[in-house]
Amino acid sequence: MRYLPKSDSERLEMLHAAGFDSFDQLFQAIPEAFRLKRPLAVPGPLSEMEIIEYFRGRAAENSRGYTSFLGAGVYHHHRSVVADALLQRGEFLTSYTPYQAEISQGTLQAIFEFQTLMCQLTGQEVANASMYDGSTALTEAVLMAERLTGRQRVLIARSVHPEYRQVLGTYAKNTGLRVEEFGFTPSGQADLDQVRKAAGDQVAAVVVQSPNFFGVLEQIPALAEIAHGCGALLVVGIAEAVSLGIARPPADADIIAMEAQSFGLPPSYGGPYAGVIATKDKFVRQMPGRLAGQTTDHQGRRGFVLTLATREQHIRREKATSNICTNQALCALAATIHLCLLGKQGLREQAEQNVAKAQFARAQLETIPGVRRAFSGPVFNEFVMEFPRSVKMIDADLLKNKIIGPMALGRFYPELTKRGLVCVTETTTRDEITRLVEGIDRALKVPV
Amino acid sequence: MYPTDRRYTKEHEWIKLDGATGTVGITDYAQHELGDVVFVELPKIGAKIAAGQSFGTVESVKAVSEIYSPVTGEVAETNAVLGNEPEKINQDPHGAAWLIKIKLANPSEVNSLMDAAAYQAYIAEKQKETSA
Amino acid sequence: MSDRIKKAGRHVSQHEGLIFEKSSPGKRGMELPPLDVPAADVAKALGAENVRAGVDGFPEVSEIEVVRHFTRISTWNYAIDYGMYPLGSCTMKYNPRVNEFVARLDGIADEHPYQPVELSQGCLRILKTLENILIEVTGMDAVTLQPAAGAQGELTGLLLIRAYLESQGNPRKKVLIPDSAHGTNPATAVIAGYAVENVKSDTNGGIDMARLAAIVTEDVAALMITNPNTLGIFERNISEIAKILHARGALLYMDGANMNALAGIARPGDFGVDVMHLNLHKTFSTPHGGGGPGAGPVAMKKILEPYMPTPVVVEKDGKLAYDYNRPKSIGRVKAFYGNFGVLVRALAYALAYGPGMRQASEDAVLNANYIRKMLEDVYELPYKLPCMHEVVFSDARQKKNGVSTMDIAKRLIDYGFHPYTTAFPLIVHGALMIEPTESESKEECDQFIDAMRSIAEESATTPELVKTAPHTTRVGRLDEVSAARKPILRWKP
Repeated sequence: MRYLPKSDSERLEMLHAAGFDSFDQLFQAIPEAFRLKRPLAVPGPLSEMEIIEYFRGRAAENSRGYTSFLGAGVYHHHRSVVADALLQRGEFLTSYTPYQAEISQGTLQAIFEFQTLMCQLTGQEVANASMYDGSTALTEAVLMAERLTGRQRVLIARSVHPEYRQVLGTYAKNTGLRVEEFGFTPSGQADLDQVRKAAGDQVAAVVVQSPNFFGVLEQIPALAEIAHGCGALLVVGIAEAVSLGIARPPADADIIAMEAQSFGLPPSYGGPYAGVIATKDKFVRQMPGRLAGQTTDHQGRRGFVLTLATREQHIRREKATSNICTNQALCALAATIHLCLLGKQGLREQAEQNVAKAQFARAQLETIPGVRRAFSGPVFNEFVMEFPRSVKMIDADLLKNKIIGPMALGRFYPELTKRGLVCVTETTTRDEITRLVEGIDRALKVPV
Repeated sequence: MYPTDRRYTKEHEWIKLDGATGTVGITDYAQHELGDVVFVELPKIGAKIAAGQSFGTVESVKAVSEIYSPVTGEVAETNAVLGNEPEKINQDPHGAAWLIKIKLANPSEVNSLMDAAAYQAYIAEKQKETSA
Repeated sequence: MSDRIKKAGRHVSQHEGLIFEKSSPGKRGMELPPLDVPAADVAKALGAENVRAGVDGFPEVSEIEVVRHFTRISTWNYAIDYGMYPLGSCTMKYNPRVNEFVARLDGIADEHPYQPVELSQGCLRILKTLENILIEVTGMDAVTLQPAAGAQGELTGLLLIRAYLESQGNPRKKVLIPDSAHGTNPATAVIAGYAVENVKSDTNGGIDMARLAAIVTEDVAALMITNPNTLGIFERNISEIAKILHARGALLYMDGANMNALAGIARPGDFGVDVMHLNLHKTFSTPHGGGGPGAGPVAMKKILEPYMPTPVVVEKDGKLAYDYNRPKSIGRVKAFYGNFGVLVRALAYALAYGPGMRQASEDAVLNANYIRKMLEDVYELPYKLPCMHEVVFSDARQKKNGVSTMDIAKRLIDYGFHPYTTAFPLIVHGALMIEPTESESKEECDQFIDAMRSIAEESATTPELVKTAPHTTRVGRLDEVSAARKPILRWKP
């Protein structure tokens, strides 16, 4: 087997040198009754060629050749081939967590640069070296707010990604946290009146997402005032990170939980991605996740180390800030390289293009009779449209023309029937937008 | 070698009485075991603690130690110096790096603690154990 | 340099500052195609108060500078591609490149989790196939691929246990954890809402059976065990342990970090485990990438299946779909379906081996025992039972000259190896935890043995050399104390 670097004669030599007579003896510690007496009933072994064939076969059963207008927390952006080439260097791909700093300076410096980029983007003072993803980052941010305030109530907007809210619910169940949802207004933004009414002295955090699940920018300064007014923290989730190229970062937020997938990570059917928690310096000791810090060696040379490790599971054990062990290092590295390539101007331009495409697409869709925007609030690159018919029916028709159309919201928001979420990015061409508009127009003309 | 003007606990805290107020810190043995101290977490003024209850932590790079109160009482003062200079605990654990001052609810509790000689013997035993 | 150092030598490597330090206004590394729609008035579209000025301090560098920057700093890392990582319980095995290739295929990399199920049959087939393989390898009845990493898998496992016990009328109060366990175990138990009680190991490093029988009460929800344990020793009494727990209505959770000793040899489901997680970035070769991403699927017996995270992959008439109608489910632990890209790589690995996975486990155990035999005369072996895929020594003999496991580990770097795991498990004072994996050839193992023997000699004759190691790295031992006292966590202009 090509992954095993021993010949049978070498195995035998080592076996005898180790003091055994037979290979079976290697497993004598396992009671006889538990040792498998048959080969595993699994497919394979396959050669490299066959493995590739297998996955090519699976790839052909997916959505190749379709144009997609899906967003909702996962975004199609251009990924540089330069980044991918660098990522695949063995020193990055096959290296371990940088606990031995002297021989991990590459990883540690890259993490330090990632932390810096995240601070610059979010306007916060400190950022960690990544959490699993946006959904778990948001959950960890809420748990952090609970620890910092010592309070148990959490007010979360329904305009936050439904699956993010589900994850929070799963974690909250066993911690005594009381999660209460509040609604949104016709602008598509979190309902400030509802939060104001619900605010009280037991609230640990007010939680929103911006741009939210509907693509609408939330009113961060107003929310910060309400939260801080009752002694709570403002936690802001960000699912579409490219928005930070043009949208004012939520600097009034106490904790930001961001998904970095848009920065050079493939959609990859849901993961792996990279979540980030960014916050104020004064909260750093309650922040979960790895941190790389700058320091010097005994000769004064600059170097980097993992630091503030006493927050983490391997030291604090049951008193840790989280049980998290891995960070998404390779994903964070992909984002770092991507952002360095894009640079200040590139990120701005990319964000501007996203806004332009979205404004154009929405205006074009509104030329179809009966189709109009569902919310009045400002949007970045995705928006909700209201249709005169079921979105599912429209989508079924669009599929015939190889278009994956607006995402029907009814499955997550039962009151939002006939409404679909449309996402366009800098990768969506004018031609594709035109085909979408024509396709929907045609679908609506089909007699019911 | 250990100052005789105070009492000691099995968890390596010391307490020095001044009337009904006690000054509490960790011993030289404790700071040596911990290594370079990087951070100290202390309670709020007014906090009520019971004897044997943890009131804070002392952190090194690789470990966290709980600090247990030798007595029952209310926290009257915490050492502000340690916020910026946690290394003082390594330099002067019995003097400048005191942790808290506590108003004793029950001053007679101190009598059950070890004196300097007893503490000296206690750590001598401990040192024998670890090198065995 | 010592002539005993065979694996590594001198090398000129490049200096490189922070990317921000080479930034200069106007430079860029990526260009976008021109806009094919009208430009938007951004202030009008977003509202003037919502628009930011540029991102202060963001790098402005060219493509070539980015390439050089990351290439140069990459050369400062050790990696599996360079040689062995003898890290205990990390299972640093070869990351097959075909796995990278298939994960990047058009039709695999760009699939969106919300695209129609009819257009995702390939993805669903990948999930289902991997599930079936993991069920067979673990001897369980069901698997969820949703957890993002081992620690999340542990949490999922404990939440499953809690949900099951709740349905029986009492979720119970505590979880038993051996003092040899990995730190994620107690941290996870607390998040799942349980108190932690430590179980002492016996003199052979296994669970103390008498103690266990005494402390398994009706308040105990589960025992979290690692098998083989973190000493590399198989828990002989495992089925007795399971019986004791089951008799009192508690469950047995297994941390699957050490599956590399068992795949194809023995199945946890056969020896009494109720639920376990796997670390795909360990046993199933997915790359560590400097610290992640990983994946932590959870395999379970039938009794826990109703509580699985939603959604569940189901098959009907050859068509795959998601079942969201799971009223007893614990909910979601992560958005979407799991770290799909990592799952693809794990499946590619499993397909490459097929039933031959057994040989990999056997080679891993052989390597560890070979190293144990070749070093047991120079390093203290606290537990004399034969080990499985990893072996734990202690620094007791070297400590006589003031040389600790950390020092030996740092000196190993000069010999061209990554250190083994130091100071863990906690029950061995001054531990050297060594796991060579099946990816190591006899040559690499012999070089490692030679290096360790040489360092043992140095510890006796020239201990200062070892205590001040490493000597040949770009930076020496770094000041971790200042880094923790006055943290500098970002670059500032």
